[in-house]
Amino acid sequence: MNAHTSLSHLGRRDFLRTLGALVVGAAVPAPVLAAATGAAKGAAADLGKSMDPATLDAWLAVAPDGMVTAFFGKPDVGQGVEVAIAQIVAEEMDLPVERVQVHLADTGLTCDQGGVSGSTGVQRGGATLRNIAAEARRLLVEHAAVELKVPADQLRVDDGVVSAPGGGKRTYAQLVKAAFEAKLDWNGQYGNGLTAKGKAKPKAAKDYKVVGASPKRRDIPDKVFGHYRYSADVRLPGMLHGRTVRPPVAGAKVVGVDEASIARFGGARVVRKDDFIGVVAPKEWDAIQAAQALKVTWSDAKPPFFDSEALFDHIRAAEPQKRQVVTETSGVAEALANGGMQLSAEYQWPFQSHASMGPGCAVADVRPDGVTLYNPSQKTHATAQGVAKLLGRPVESVRSIYVQGPGSYGRNDAGDACADAALMSLLAGKPVRAQGMRADGHGWDPKGAASIHTVKATISDGGRIVGHDYTSKGFTRMEVNTFEQEPQDFLAGQQTGFHNKPVPGFAAPEDAYEFKARRVSWETIPGLLDGPSPLRTSHLRDPLGPQMHFASESFIDECALAANADPVAFRLAHMTDKRHRAVVEAAAKAAGWKAGPPGARRRAEGGRMIGTGFAYAPRGDTIVAIACEVEVDKATGRIWPRRFWVAHECGLIINPGTLKNVIEGNVVHGASRALFEEVTFDPNNVTSIDWAHYPILEMADAPESIDIVLIDRPDLAPSGAGEPSTRPVPAAIANAIYDATGVRLRRAPFTRARMKAELAAA
Amino acid sequence: MAERLSLTVDGKARSVEADPKTPLLYVLRDELDLDSPHFGCGLAQCGACTVQVDGKPVRSCVTPTSAAVGKHVTTLAGLGTPQKPHPIQAAYIEEQVPQCGYCISGWMMTAAALLKEKPKPTDSEIRDAFKGLKCRCGTHLAILRAVKRAAAMTA
Repeated sequence: MNAHTSLSHLGRRDFLRTLGALVVGAAVPAPVLAAATGAAKGAAADLGKSMDPATLDAWLAVAPDGMVTAFFGKPDVGQGVEVAIAQIVAEEMDLPVERVQVHLADTGLTCDQGGVSGSTGVQRGGATLRNIAAEARRLLVEHAAVELKVPADQLRVDDGVVSAPGGGKRTYAQLVKAAFEAKLDWNGQYGNGLTAKGKAKPKAAKDYKVVGASPKRRDIPDKVFGHYRYSADVRLPGMLHGRTVRPPVAGAKVVGVDEASIARFGGARVVRKDDFIGVVAPKEWDAIQAAQALKVTWSDAKPPFFDSEALFDHIRAAEPQKRQVVTETSGVAEALANGGMQLSAEYQWPFQSHASMGPGCAVADVRPDGVTLYNPSQKTHATAQGVAKLLGRPVESVRSIYVQGPGSYGRNDAGDACADAALMSLLAGKPVRAQGMRADGHGWDPKGAASIHTVKATISDGGRIVGHDYTSKGFTRMEVNTFEQEPQDFLAGQQTGFHNKPVPGFAAPEDAYEFKARRVSWETIPGLLDGPSPLRTSHLRDPLGPQMHFASESFIDECALAANADPVAFRLAHMTDKRHRAVVEAAAKAAGWKAGPPGARRRAEGGRMIGTGFAYAPRGDTIVAIACEVEVDKATGRIWPRRFWVAHECGLIINPGTLKNVIEGNVVHGASRALFEEVTFDPNNVTSIDWAHYPILEMADAPESIDIVLIDRPDLAPSGAGEPSTRPVPAAIANAIYDATGVRLRRAPFTRARMKAELAAA
Repeated sequence: MAERLSLTVDGKARSVEADPKTPLLYVLRDELDLDSPHFGCGLAQCGACTVQVDGKPVRSCVTPTSAAVGKHVTTLAGLGTPQKPHPIQAAYIEEQVPQCGYCISGWMMTAAALLKEKPKPTDSEIRDAFKGLKCRCGTHLAILRAVKRAAAMTA
């Protein structure tokens, strides 16, 4: 099972011998996993490993061959967190990175650190591992001091060997054999908030050798040679392939199922509970054909939706269910009403789909004595809770093992696949591998929320924004919780009697602008279907960030235009924070920014109009500024985001090579969402159910270059990079389009048809 | 109806009992335990299932197994080995291309075929060759770098 580290070089006996000090790590071999059905804590108990976050051996193990394993309670969804965590641990323990492996999220072996969530892998997860690795080193060296009879401060560590000035040496592996109690200061929390540390003070950044280098990711060779095992590739003895059957009209209920309609497909049978219908068969192709052939009578449901062209009218007119004023300075009403130039604009953002490369795929083995989930969801531990409740089993009986799925950028359909697999396995009495078809992925995955954003400003005679009002109105960010701890967070749960419980909430854009008076607020509106909905919202990469900053950063350019100011200078004129200024300036410098108001960089080459735009946004403590050059084809409306220049500051950089690839991915994903992506629906259901109807950016439209300036701040803690550089991309493109064409696009995506129509109207 | 079908996969003669209309993807995955081609869409819209048949990239999700009978099928796992990597595999590692990597068969099997036909492809030839392929993680620029690196390696 090469999706995981392998504990193969460390048998149970060896593991036990190391108990009490630091224990173990490498990849859990497939037999260990296969034997691990049931009891979530059974796996750790089998290895004699602690699951108590207040003990060191819950986190680290040293094998007899000196290999160190870190047990990390978050998955790596392909952005390279694994190698970053290995670097952090290796650095603190004075080991080469090759000697550290990371066992990723697994309820049987790792503590719950909250899963992949909000770009916190390194930021929070790594901070804890850093403290723990430093404590491990301290304890090992202290122990060596006793054995070698030399004060600890005279010992040095190289590559896991502790040596005394007089020549005495001990390896970490030798030192861990002598057990000792190592208690950590754990804050008592599980999830993203978990922290644990010992007495050791981690290294100063100036002493880093491994952190800051770019060792290669360890999952890539298996991926490149076709040997990597995804959740789709898990096979268990007796396993059946399952497909679910979803209603043609969203909200319809099952009236009847004609099981005879699939009798011709080898061994296929129906599994059903309430409105959840699955088809299972020993062969995948049989399961697919049977699911498509199955005759289901559905209730005559009232079409729950309307045509998606009416989406923004609906949002505008809908009665808000929750309102929040996030910021309001005194005098904002007066500032907006009086004096200077007054501007306002409305921006629109559609529902978007995660549309992962493959529909969600999970494998579940539900047995009377326990449940094993091969789980591609980002929330390994939370999913186990939700699935336990769905099945009516104690949470301790569910072992949830992260196995990478077909990409994820938030709460996609991976968790739903887990619940589908678990329910089908329960009903069929066999292990079940569940994967949707393309229409299940695009049609039924949770969606990023649609919203409109209204921004108003008053600009003083001196060209400053003196009053600013920003309001979002849209669907809640979480009709299903991104942490799948409750059965109603899964489609299968909602189909089997667990009523959905949306969490009303939105967010506010972030920036360092110092407007004299400002108000930021939001309103959420109810979802369109109270029940299992293909338009239920949940977190999609940088939840709400791209749309909120599409509006806020487009509007800054509109203000700059009104003030006849250069957009970069205009931004800088409104901020004093040195960190933010440095990032804005770095992006402008990298782009060779030519000063002038929006439109000043316009040039034409044949039928193409070329321009450059700028946008900036922080996300938490990470700050990103982006310049973008676009070419707009007058005849076709094609927009090519040809060049990007990105300045990125996320505190201390762990692995600059991996970081650059992550930023590139974010920029391309952001460009795809800005230019192409829009969920469409008719009154009955979602209609953008494949790549033809939900186009994304392809190679023909990929940028020619993305130049990245990494601003390393070793004096600041790492602050996360998995999402922030998505955030300013749509506005940077929109501002570039204005610069190129003089047309302001306020509705995403910026499709060819819309661009062409706007050019014709201009 | 199931028939005995013979094909050569990753250099080995294989024989399976299957309905010849079964898409090649399922025969590779479920009968021959070759997991590197993945189900992405089942509609030939993404490329995650791509294998080469007699050197040409095809979408195995819509290719009936009968179309591969008597032919040479190459999956990503048959392209090269860690000891003897195909240049595109070596370049992919050097450029650290994939993120999730689920789409990788489409790009790599297409790139390998392209490089065989055009050892020194231009940027636009590379982009054209990749028409229709999807990568949701946005690794497009790294893919372009890897193809150019592989071309330089074989030059």
